[in-house]
Amino acid sequence: MTTTKKPKLAVWKFASCDGCQLSLLDCEDELLAIAEAVHIANFPEASRAVEKGPYDVSLVEGSITTPHDAERIHKIRRISKYLITIGACATAGGIQALRNFKDVNDFISIVYAHPEYIETLNKSTPIADHVFVDFELRGCPINKYQLLEVVNALLNGRKPNIPPYSVCIECKRKGNVCVMVASGTPCLGPVTQAGCGALCPSYNRGCFGCFGPKETPNTVSLAAQFEKLDVTRDDIVRIFRGFNAFAEPFRKESEAYEK
Amino acid sequence: MKNLMIAIVERKDFQSLFDALKKKGYQISGPTLRDNAVIYDNISSVEDLPVGWTDKQDAGRYRLEKSDRASLFGYVLGPQSWKKFLYPAEHTFLNISRNGKRFEVGSAEEEQQPQAFIGVRPCELQALAIYDRVLGEGEFAATSYQLRRKKLFITAVNCIQPGGTCFCASMKTGPKATGGFDLALTEMFDSGRHYFLTEAGTKLGEEVLKQIPNREAGEKDILAAEEALRKASEKMGRRLDIKDIKEMMYRRFDDPHWEEISQRCMTCGNCTMVCPTCFCVNVEDTTSLDGREAQRLRKWDSCFTVDFSYIHGGSIRATTTSRYRQWMMHKLSYWQDQFGMLGCVGCGRCITWCPVGIDITEEAAYFRKEDK
Repeated sequence: MTTTKKPKLAVWKFASCDGCQLSLLDCEDELLAIAEAVHIANFPEASRAVEKGPYDVSLVEGSITTPHDAERIHKIRRISKYLITIGACATAGGIQALRNFKDVNDFISIVYAHPEYIETLNKSTPIADHVFVDFELRGCPINKYQLLEVVNALLNGRKPNIPPYSVCIECKRKGNVCVMVASGTPCLGPVTQAGCGALCPSYNRGCFGCFGPKETPNTVSLAAQFEKLDVTRDDIVRIFRGFNAFAEPFRKESEAYEK
Repeated sequence: MKNLMIAIVERKDFQSLFDALKKKGYQISGPTLRDNAVIYDNISSVEDLPVGWTDKQDAGRYRLEKSDRASLFGYVLGPQSWKKFLYPAEHTFLNISRNGKRFEVGSAEEEQQPQAFIGVRPCELQALAIYDRVLGEGEFAATSYQLRRKKLFITAVNCIQPGGTCFCASMKTGPKATGGFDLALTEMFDSGRHYFLTEAGTKLGEEVLKQIPNREAGEKDILAAEEALRKASEKMGRRLDIKDIKEMMYRRFDDPHWEEISQRCMTCGNCTMVCPTCFCVNVEDTTSLDGREAQRLRKWDSCFTVDFSYIHGGSIRATTTSRYRQWMMHKLSYWQDQFGMLGCVGCGRCITWCPVGIDITEEAAYFRKEDK
């Protein structure tokens, strides 16, 4: 790869907390190697020097919540060869998608002193609802090693090793004891995509579903098991309504228990 | 196994087994408590064992409980199997480096410190026999497995107290170890006495046994252990009728009941991870950022994932129904065609550790009923 031109990288922010793009700066040990391998052309969190596009790779963080952003994402798509979304906001609408279950106008009048200045969409939606996305990196926040893996795979022309299977598989590989079976703790691991390294079960907590629904998730069966563990219907709604509340399988399950 | 020693080792002398194995240079692995369960890990003394603990198991449920006696092996089985040592969950087996326009490939396999397992249950001995058949020889032989297996010392423990999801008796793999061990223990309690009937299965086992304070077992001792094991075989929590099971399952291939199971199955893969005979792995390549170094890794995989059956163009088992059926039919039918033996040993882990408690014995019984 040393002989080819360095790919130009841009990082973009939409409605989000900045945590995912900071994962890039969090790659302390690998940061120099990344700066060697890619040309960071547009990353306001890291540098004021912003170069114009087009870009080879755009990392997009955050969800679409305003009419302005709904326009802006199309411009970014046009100047990006590869567009990779990073984090639960960009891939599922984020925690702010809780608004999608209510009338956003009710919030605006309560939260803002001058609601007339607020221009917002009634739903927080993932980037893929608006433009074509080449690759989605899940998580709240994303795992920095997964980010490195995607960049690495792109640089070396190989497929990234980002499996869409359950958290349980990496949890068991790690040698953890299942918190649901051994302690009766409700856990979203069986319906959640791997990638975090089974962080919460490693500390005897149930999985919060930060990485969103796995491939072919059976939330109906898991929710039924939660009921057997004496989790109330209200709590089942809350469990599925986290950072990935608007991801379809989680959304449908929480709505089924809301009635 | 004739002419090998059978002896009595008192509880107070049990630490000598650890000492003898350590003296021979073994890394000892065995049961120990962690996170509300008995797991297998490296241990160094009797104190590391789950002394005085037992487990209550049912479909999708495992609870550790205090036992009324200070048994060393009063638990049944935990979520882990010995494959974590012999066929690790993640293992790098090739190192590749770029050298100008060429690249060099080198094996990452290394000689291993000899390992001694303490507490291998009879069903797990059968699982090791299966691994020996699948990974130890022939077409799918794995160097890493062979390197670990050839130096292994096995101390088996017979099951006088089977668990709620156990069905080794019907699978004919337990509760008594009949071979494949260096030493086999039966933990006995008799009017205040706590001792181990210890049977050597190999010359090496006998050599170790001689290092431990012991006395020759009398006929009475042997009969008492036999009796305890006979009672145990009647106390199995589950049973699976294996009569003509291969053909029976083949006949149920299109049974609508598979669809019903798939309503409950989450394709999370837990059953395959805890199964002591599941051997499927994925092969992954990683690279350094500059593309100069690469590694080839093996990771435990599961037939419950979509990518597992991915061939060009898509996955051949897209539905949950097809994936559960593949797993269960592999254990009970295809395995017999492939390796000439059953792929299930009756340990019951897949039942206990399925988060929603899907029970292979219950499903097999359902199919058998349908078959009549």
